[in-house]
Amino acid sequence: MKFERYGKGIAKGLTVTIKHLFRHPVTTQYPEQRLNTSRRIRGNELIWDNKKCTGCATCAKACPQGAIEIMTSPDLIENKYKVEKYQVDTGYCIQCGLCVEACPYEALFMGYAYERARYRRGELVQADEMLLASAERPRSGYMYPGIAAELPEQTLLIDRAK
Amino acid sequence: MLSDAGLRFELLWRTLPPDWPGGFWWHWLVFTIIILAFVLTLVMGFIYIERRGMGRMQARLGPNRTGPFGLLQPVADAIKVLLKEDITPARGDRIVHWLAPVVAFVPALMIFAVVPFQDGAFLADLNVGLLYIVAISSVSTVGIFMAGWSSNNKYSLLGAMREVAAVVSYEIPLVLSITGVILIAGSLSLNQIVLAQGIPFILLQPLGFLLFFIGGCAEINRSPFDLMEADSELVAGFHTEYSGMKFALFYLVEYGEALAISSIVTTLFLGGWRGPVLPPWLWFLLKVFIVFFVMVWTRTTLPRVRIDQLMALAWKFLFPLALINLLITGIQVLAFPEALPWVMVLVNIVIMAVLVLVWSKLFKLGWGRVEV
Amino acid sequence: MALRTEPFVLNIGPVHPSTHGVFRMRATLDGEVIVDLEPIFGYLHRGIEKLAEERTYTGVIPLTDRLDYLASMSNNLPYVLAVEKLAGISVSERAEYLRVILAELQRIASHLIAVGAFLNDCGAFFTPFLYMFREREKIVDLFEMLSGQRLLYNYMRIGGFNQDVPDEFLPAVQRFLRQMPAFIDEYDYLLAENEILLARAKGVGILPKELAINTGASGPVLRASGVRWDIRKVDPYLVYDRFEFEIPTGTVGDCYDRYRVRVEEMRQSLRIIRQAVEQIPAGPVKGNVPYLIRPPVGEAYARIEAPKGELGFYLVSDNSIAPYRCHIRPPSQINLTALRDMIVGWKIQDAIIIFGSIDITMGEVDR
Repeated sequence: MKFERYGKGIAKGLTVTIKHLFRHPVTTQYPEQRLNTSRRIRGNELIWDNKKCTGCATCAKACPQGAIEIMTSPDLIENKYKVEKYQVDTGYCIQCGLCVEACPYEALFMGYAYERARYRRGELVQADEMLLASAERPRSGYMYPGIAAELPEQTLLIDRAK
Repeated sequence: MLSDAGLRFELLWRTLPPDWPGGFWWHWLVFTIIILAFVLTLVMGFIYIERRGMGRMQARLGPNRTGPFGLLQPVADAIKVLLKEDITPARGDRIVHWLAPVVAFVPALMIFAVVPFQDGAFLADLNVGLLYIVAISSVSTVGIFMAGWSSNNKYSLLGAMREVAAVVSYEIPLVLSITGVILIAGSLSLNQIVLAQGIPFILLQPLGFLLFFIGGCAEINRSPFDLMEADSELVAGFHTEYSGMKFALFYLVEYGEALAISSIVTTLFLGGWRGPVLPPWLWFLLKVFIVFFVMVWTRTTLPRVRIDQLMALAWKFLFPLALINLLITGIQVLAFPEALPWVMVLVNIVIMAVLVLVWSKLFKLGWGRVEV
Repeated sequence: MALRTEPFVLNIGPVHPSTHGVFRMRATLDGEVIVDLEPIFGYLHRGIEKLAEERTYTGVIPLTDRLDYLASMSNNLPYVLAVEKLAGISVSERAEYLRVILAELQRIASHLIAVGAFLNDCGAFFTPFLYMFREREKIVDLFEMLSGQRLLYNYMRIGGFNQDVPDEFLPAVQRFLRQMPAFIDEYDYLLAENEILLARAKGVGILPKELAINTGASGPVLRASGVRWDIRKVDPYLVYDRFEFEIPTGTVGDCYDRYRVRVEEMRQSLRIIRQAVEQIPAGPVKGNVPYLIRPPVGEAYARIEAPKGELGFYLVSDNSIAPYRCHIRPPSQINLTALRDMIVGWKIQDAIIIFGSIDITMGEVDR
């Protein structure tokens, strides 16, 4: 190795590092400080609207993993399908969002929350009430610009740090 | 008439220097406790400074959750490490495996016996202080090699071999670079050297300081010479197979030796405990922290050198410069003993700049590709 | 009196803090010098090509994300181009410009990781790595705004996109473009002229030009060896022929050249994005394609200049809703074939650096 530049390269590197010592670090102290996620986040759960759903199972056909399980029975009086079981195995889900895109009746949404870890595999399966929208299960704006407009804006690192 | 034992006790009592307060054994006890406390506390402080300082320089915070500002992080680390299971490799050499951390750690402690914290405040005023330090600090290499050998692991053996080669190569420029200081101060005793520093020797011996700093970093395996424990290459080098308290001792060895080299640099080149307003031991601590901060700074910035480049750096760059430094200092001390110190400072800085530039231009380090 | 030495075999094993992913190298060492090297991969094989035969054409897109998981947008692109070629679907102009912007942003993000990991392997203790992650975070934030995910985007669709970019995307890209050049300059100031880095990386792991062409290397590895070959210029796809940019080429083909080529490519990508953002027209982005596509019987091969090299998809269709065969040409695997010739004769530390400079993602090598 030749010290052709007489140690200048090393000195330059040292100045960069020492300048960083006086800058504000970009770390976020989770869980006290949280950043806003994207408005279109494909969070860890699915949210289902059982009033609009007709049981067509397009979402189940679109899912690459086969994570959605639907069981319907015909209701001959009103000439519709009655959805008996709608179950999503969140353990198999890869959060790709293809089911939400496929639904023709706008009855399926991705979840906005992302802290949905569980202790047991069995608890990951979402069924019945765990699928309905509520205050602690907000819907994300993926494929729904109307919902996205009401969610808080995403914090970008470009704006937070120089 | 005194009995045999009484006569021996009388002789021992009378061999004390008259000015030591409270007698020999009290002095020894107090200073041993001070040194142990100093080393262990400051090692923890160093670990904290390194993690926080390196974190800030890397645009992140260091540890800040254990205790206020993360001050208890080293304590948490120590407790965690003590509670871990102690694993010995099945086919390794058990006794050597057990002894290696001890052999590596004890010399780092023993160096502080001669380092002066204040005028007259040290464990023993050896008039061969520097020679003692140089001799003792080489022993920890044996400990590291024992660790690499007894782990029965190819990676550890490679790491240990690299370590031995590097330390042996760097002993020579290290020792030669402080001979200039000895010549100017006229004594090997560390206290005398501090007392002789009217102006700090870093100004009178800039080349010596540079060589000693680089050589010291290489001796203690700090970046940019930390290929002995290169995380991204050999998993962890010679301490791959260690866990629990033995690993804690190796960790202590690393920071303890960093502390030792910082203390020696402070004593020899920065003026030890000398300073205007604050108490002397506080000056000593401040200077040690500054030297260590420079070590942390270089660790954060510089990449690692390769093993053959490391050896070539020692033998082809540092060693000749150390010899030339000795020659020039000898000439200055003998031929111009009454010259104004500031003139000598300027002359020495110019000589250092010229030598470093000229030497850098002239040589080539390391092998290229080997034909197989 | 000659000293008798004996070569021994060291397994730089699959689980290793440095090799990027699960990659195993069996090295025969003589002292510290490597005499022979045998690369063994396959630890991350997931059967993506077989799984693709069981999913619809749109359902394969999340699968292609997981090939080179550090550069997902660039993986979606050749697959989508191949299907469009097969089925004869045309894409609107706004969608093409958007694809260019996303591909170039993804190139910057991928090269950031490549350079950061390379410098980390050289020993600069995580400092350039962390600086690089801070900048990559800015890009990943932009992608999160679009698709909702931070690593595996699944954003491109056959015929364009399903959702247009939100209104705040293009202004955010412009803010990013203002900040990024200063960062690349600071990064250069940190380590480009560092003597230790030059000693470690200059002249190390040379890939000669003929060997590079003969083994089928592509991407920055090929360009660093002196061959001016970039698919964006030679065989332009999308709207690349409307932009003005240069192809950085190296001279020698050592690790340092590969590192410099990647940094210069980042700068050229910024240039392309700036031009694309100025020229992008308004219009629809969603293609006029049915929900379940049935391309006619035939085959198609589409390739792009992915950050790691030439990524190609070869699709065979038999007029059903799933591909009959989907073969992927992984750039990392083909760049890896020259590894033995690059490493033999150097030491273990150099082997790690050389492997890092080729920039491999095991997801692509093993599929």
